[in-house]
Amino acid sequence: MLSQKTKDTLLGPLNANNPVVVQILGICSALAVTVQLKPALVMGIAVTIIVAMSNVIVSLIRNTIPMRVRIIVQLVVVAALVTLVSEILKAFAYDVAMQLSVYLGLIITNCILMGRLEAFAMTNNAWDSLLDGLGNGLGYAIILVIVAFVRELFGSGQLLGFQIIPQSFYEAGYENCGMMLMPAMALILVGCVIWVHRSINDKEAK
Amino acid sequence: MEHALSLFVRSIFADNMIFAYFLGMCSYLAVSKNVKTSAGLGVAVTFVLVVTLPVNYLLQTLVLEPLHLEYLSFILFIAVIAAIVQLVEMVVEKYSPSLYASLGIFLPLIAVNCAIMGGSLFMQQRIGLPAVDAKAITSLLDAFMYALGSGLGWFLAIVCLAGIREKMEYNDVPKPLQGLGITFITVGLMAMAFMCFSGLEI
Repeated sequence: MLSQKTKDTLLGPLNANNPVVVQILGICSALAVTVQLKPALVMGIAVTIIVAMSNVIVSLIRNTIPMRVRIIVQLVVVAALVTLVSEILKAFAYDVAMQLSVYLGLIITNCILMGRLEAFAMTNNAWDSLLDGLGNGLGYAIILVIVAFVRELFGSGQLLGFQIIPQSFYEAGYENCGMMLMPAMALILVGCVIWVHRSINDKEAK
Repeated sequence: MEHALSLFVRSIFADNMIFAYFLGMCSYLAVSKNVKTSAGLGVAVTFVLVVTLPVNYLLQTLVLEPLHLEYLSFILFIAVIAAIVQLVEMVVEKYSPSLYASLGIFLPLIAVNCAIMGGSLFMQQRIGLPAVDAKAITSLLDAFMYALGSGLGWFLAIVCLAGIREKMEYNDVPKPLQGLGITFITVGLMAMAFMCFSGLEI
């Protein structure tokens, strides 16, 4: 059903062309929302939806946008979508929306969005743009989930709010690593993810 | 005045945009290869923050809040930022070609820099805080000082990182870690160092 090209468009960003660890786009929010798994998941889904939809919209109107004002047009499309998503989240998942706070609004300036709109949606048709948006959004979500998984598990001994590390461990002297909850650890963890990713992919290349 | 001053110092160190909130990370990592260009970008970010934040403050308090249009703030803020960046670019190009040449491509890119939008959104949150809160922004002066402090904090962070990266050129880093991997870890260590400011009170 999918030709090789569309498959690459969809699956490439998940690993070999990952927007976060290879292209280094959208780092700000990737780092800030990963203290716990739940906001990271919500953020990943929100970004995936917004990238896919804005890609489709911009790709549909790409021939009518004058080149000189295209950045502003793209920004307005994205801002309108982000406003929609944030209002929906406030209505149905208020506590998560509060946890994400400004980073939800910052999806507007997330470089993944502008990057994909400029590099892909402006020159491709709507269907390919949709796949490209989905792929990139998921690639972003995967990194978020990996980092958040490590931070929540070791930082507070929980996953999605459920206690994972049993009480007997604490009685035996185990302690949560408070460092994991600090902003600094997010940076170091992403550094390590890049390290692992590169060493695996380099081996494959050889 | 005292409050504004405290806001200024806090936003440079304790609430540093890079190390505490990760704002403007993309350009921070991409441009910090040498000290000179990163200083240029730092100046540009500070400049745009100082111009846009007071404008967005006035919009938020005089237009959006009285009319209960807060949900439009994303669109309005980004439009203001994009317009002001365009305006600043034209003014700088006309009156100071040398500054324009040194800022170069950074100016147009700043419109989509998360540090600017993030500054506006954090300010929007802080407007609602009670006046006794050390983080509250209650006047135009506060907004200005917050913008200046955040900008300088960003400037400080990018120049420091560029300095470290210049030195690191000569170090023997494991191959898969070279480039971005080690940069992330460096920034993480710098963030740890900056954490010691977090108890700062004035």
